[in-house]
Amino acid sequence: MSSSAATATGIGASVLRKEDLRFITGNGRYTDDLNQPGQSYAVFLRSPHARARIIGIDTREALKVPGVFAVLTGADMAADGLGDLPCGWEVKQKDGSDMVRAPHPPLAINVVNYVGEPYGVVIAATRAAARQGAEAVMTDFEEREPVVDLATARDSAAIHDGVPGNLAYDWELGDRAATEAALASAAHVTRLDLTNNRLIPNAMEPRAALGVYDRSGDEYTLYTTSQNPHLERLVLSAFVQIAPEHKLRVIAPDVGGGFGSKIFVYAEETTVVWAARKVGRPVKWTADRSESFLADAHGRDHVTHAELGLDADGNFVALKVETTANLGAYLSTFGSSVPTYLYGTLLAGQYRTPNIHVEVHGVYTNTCPVDAYRGAGRPEATYVVERIVETAARELGQDPAALRRRNMIRPEQFPYETPVALIYDTGNYEASLDRALELVDYAGFPARRAASEAAGRKRGIGFACYIEACGLAPSQLAIQLGAGVGLYESGEIRVNPTGSVTVFTGSHSHGQGHETTFAQVVSDRFGIPFENVEVVHGDTGRVEFGLGTYGSRSLAVGGSALVKAADKLIVKGRRIAAHMLEADVDAVAFEDGQFVVRDSNQSLAFGEVAFAAYVPTNYPTDLEPGFSEKAFYDPQNFTYPAGTHIAEVEVDADTGVVTLVNFVAVDDFGHVINPMIVDGQVHGGVAQGAGQALLEHGIYDDYGQLVTGSYMDYCMPRADDVPDFVVDTTVTPCTHNPLGVKGCGEAGAIGSPAAIMNAVTDAVGSNDVSMPATPEKIWRALAG
Amino acid sequence: MQITLTVNGTQHTLDVPENTLLVEIIREHLGLTGTHVGCDTSQCGACTVHLDGRAVKSCSMLAGQVDGASVTTIEGIGTPEALHPMQAAFRECHALQCGFCTPGMIMRAIDLVAEQPDLDSKAVRAGLEGNLCRCTGYHNIVRAVLHSAGSDQGGAP
Amino acid sequence: MYQFNYHRPATMAEAVALYGEAEDGLYLSGGQTLIPTLKQRLAAPSDLIDLSGIDALKGIKVEDGVVRVGAFTRHAEVARSPEIRKALPVLAALAGHIGDAQVRNMGTLGGSVANSDPAADYPAAVIGLGATLYTQDRDIAADDYFQDLFETALTPGEILTRIDFPIPDRAAYRKFPNPASRYAVVGVLVADFDGTIRVGVTGAGPCAFRATALEEALARSFSPDAVRSVEVPEAGFNSDLHASAEYRANLVRVMAERAVGDILAG
Repeated sequence: MSSSAATATGIGASVLRKEDLRFITGNGRYTDDLNQPGQSYAVFLRSPHARARIIGIDTREALKVPGVFAVLTGADMAADGLGDLPCGWEVKQKDGSDMVRAPHPPLAINVVNYVGEPYGVVIAATRAAARQGAEAVMTDFEEREPVVDLATARDSAAIHDGVPGNLAYDWELGDRAATEAALASAAHVTRLDLTNNRLIPNAMEPRAALGVYDRSGDEYTLYTTSQNPHLERLVLSAFVQIAPEHKLRVIAPDVGGGFGSKIFVYAEETTVVWAARKVGRPVKWTADRSESFLADAHGRDHVTHAELGLDADGNFVALKVETTANLGAYLSTFGSSVPTYLYGTLLAGQYRTPNIHVEVHGVYTNTCPVDAYRGAGRPEATYVVERIVETAARELGQDPAALRRRNMIRPEQFPYETPVALIYDTGNYEASLDRALELVDYAGFPARRAASEAAGRKRGIGFACYIEACGLAPSQLAIQLGAGVGLYESGEIRVNPTGSVTVFTGSHSHGQGHETTFAQVVSDRFGIPFENVEVVHGDTGRVEFGLGTYGSRSLAVGGSALVKAADKLIVKGRRIAAHMLEADVDAVAFEDGQFVVRDSNQSLAFGEVAFAAYVPTNYPTDLEPGFSEKAFYDPQNFTYPAGTHIAEVEVDADTGVVTLVNFVAVDDFGHVINPMIVDGQVHGGVAQGAGQALLEHGIYDDYGQLVTGSYMDYCMPRADDVPDFVVDTTVTPCTHNPLGVKGCGEAGAIGSPAAIMNAVTDAVGSNDVSMPATPEKIWRALAG
Repeated sequence: MQITLTVNGTQHTLDVPENTLLVEIIREHLGLTGTHVGCDTSQCGACTVHLDGRAVKSCSMLAGQVDGASVTTIEGIGTPEALHPMQAAFRECHALQCGFCTPGMIMRAIDLVAEQPDLDSKAVRAGLEGNLCRCTGYHNIVRAVLHSAGSDQGGAP
Repeated sequence: MYQFNYHRPATMAEAVALYGEAEDGLYLSGGQTLIPTLKQRLAAPSDLIDLSGIDALKGIKVEDGVVRVGAFTRHAEVARSPEIRKALPVLAALAGHIGDAQVRNMGTLGGSVANSDPAADYPAAVIGLGATLYTQDRDIAADDYFQDLFETALTPGEILTRIDFPIPDRAAYRKFPNPASRYAVVGVLVADFDGTIRVGVTGAGPCAFRATALEEALARSFSPDAVRSVEVPEAGFNSDLHASAEYRANLVRVMAERAVGDILAG
């Protein structure tokens, strides 16, 4: 850290966000705000059935609707040679074979496999005409028996040819024999069956896309709601083969939240950019919320059996987990990795459990594809570990905090290699636990419980001591584990001749505040005013490359790339300064924005050196002019944020209503660049976790119709569903990135469901409550 | 049909189809894209504007219903150079992340403070029932509204 | 949304005439249910007849022990009305919890009661207070008005003009909101008219109804215990993913008990 750490805008300061001024005044530019001359509108033809053969599509009436330009189908797309939407992560099965991929054309061709699956598109001069055209398309479906229920999917008829038992993969991690042996000899075994409810992401901005084709340069531009525009371009070029990368520009302007759902490459963006050339006009599509419910990749949806063995002293000796994960009808972009490498690897949690084995059955069903949603695998792992640990404590009559403390990896044990393939670099789990116990006033809980009871309500407290693996990811390791791309990040810093700085990052901000945080990092590094740094992101035409924002990776990986680029500039600046000051380069240091000659009073300001690089009169002859550098940063390891979340709930026994009355989150994110932003990330994550625990559930009926397809039935957390949150941080700096940062975007959603459900089951006195803990479920649990 | 309405102090006479929504008039006919559409069942509140001074959901209003009315959108309450106090409070309290729900949230918050000056945290939370935010967990939005209302409960921004 | 003709008549007569001329007309009041329905293309009227220009449908008056509320009175106006808050606070409180603030600024009493959504709040007040509903042609007693799911005594073309709510000695309304939509899963209004008890229930069945067993029990003993002693049968109750019929039956009793508690707490 430079010494400007203590400044109002440096690292560690709660700088107000640069991006806010445009958002609070209505000047944001989201995809649907953009229009192109002569643009047309797309409305998709979507399957009304969960599973059917398409016998025929009669477009004649639709083409007669005034304003309709074209009706295009999956067959048209195939005829143009477009490829499938790929799944970017190969999962090896336990027998060593590859996972079984089902064909996934962007627009369905002969069969449809979930309600809402697009199989065609109507393009018209107005949205109304496109909609009228879509209603006029007559599609003849032959319905087939859908496979909807996860528990019985493996015994049901195969959805896809060549996928018996609807099994995409059987995957395992850890030592089964050792784990089973340790369980067999354990003094106590706690067994638990859990479901992790299907969630529907619901970023407030629905997905949108605007495809443009420019005949003069044979170039395509796609404006879209993406968390990773370069990855989108890569997939559309290399796999779908719409256009080569140098002829396709993807721009993700302001994006209204993502939470994972905007990582993936979907049919709709693919279609509009392809169709723009076919119809000879820009093509725009903006999802209705109803479409978002049906066709944005969903999250979670696991059924799990877990067993935890403890010795007579309460030490964990083994954890065995078997999970059936719903992948939906097709493998989405990263759908295969979420219930495997982002889940099984986290089952050690914060504990020294020596034997762990996990087996995951990845299953196809006739439902919307399931992929990463805030936390992606790690909330599911935390839910298993922290629910079973809490249950064990109750079965053994032990204090749940004490049982956890006894089993935590201790600070002196880092780096710590878990039985499930990760090496945690650093942490101090007890520090977070202690702080959380203090903030929640754990000692005062019995009195609070008594007060609640006196008022006729039941009160419960629940813990979650979570770990996550963030900062995805060391490329070699990721590729070894099946990733189709490296997971480094790029950054470029252009210092302009006048000393202002334009920063280009391959990360993408859709609420996280990169324009502020990254500007803090760079201004701090250079000792220049925060206001002089502008951050550019989200445009493949301006940013060289990038992997985007997900998995709490932006600062740890993208921020590190910027530090690396900045350090290259400092090296160059020292050479320039040494020349100008006629000093030896080794004698020139960079401090507080000044290139100084040690043991002298000679120095040059950052801006003076930058100017000299562009007006190289007094300049080294063997050095290129200009003052800009780029860097790719490939992390050496994951980062491991961890912390303790504690929830307190009150339950109204007459109605079953659960009220979250107190929530404390103490997280170790390593160094914090902007505490205000970090706190905000935790607040949002906790509310989403509270939504999962208490309110949200994506439900399909037996026919595969989505029952919770609007805000009338899918319960989003509102302001009065959550309390004021108490958040704090502890710090053990990450050991392997230059900022010592770990990532904070998902922690709230990872720890909170387990903490809240532990509190709910504590209050109710029954462990047999599944998420979401809706009033009727609780009422029934209390009625026995 | 022809309608006349005043938006952010400027009178407009427009010829629009009868089935045009107020939000379509604002976004598409007048190009004021600060008002957003986040759902199709009138629940998210991203489209909230003021109609004759009261917060309404512009996605659930027809052109004919606003003939002769006065509408204020997020663009009409302040500018980056001269923010409305509620806009400033949202920034100071970090009450927004992705910014999509923000215009509707601010328009409702202004209305809430006007109708109920003696707010506490509970009343703010109840008063924001018609606005969904997926990013902030509402914590800082509540603080911003209280701060703007001059309540002690907002605390320092 | 499909195409339609839009009209904003200034008088009742004009509105009724427009309806008569329309091929498939619909009256538009606040539009907070109808417009989303049109957007979803679940209705395709040829003509929308906006009632907002008719002054005869507006206004609040308290006289002769009755609160008279014009049908085109918005929920927020009822909630804020000093006259109603004084004379019939239960009605103001009920209106103040319909939908959300933005919906209350548009939605109207007449629109809600004419639509008769099984989960709407106002029907509990109409039934529980024994209101009289006026149209351009006649008056209808509350007990005769609600008939079935979205079915009322209104005939095609008939417009609710005003609802008169008798003022009880004491009353309270308790609502159990649907966590997602915030409509009433169950809402119960308990009113005491000099020892005669009326209990109006919304949300539980296909339309609002009187819970006569609760009324009788409360007439005998106006206490939460009296409510608790009553068996609320679930037969005919709604059942959906948020609440089974059995759970709704429980909620009717709990909400009634709490309403009685509120009344006794003054």
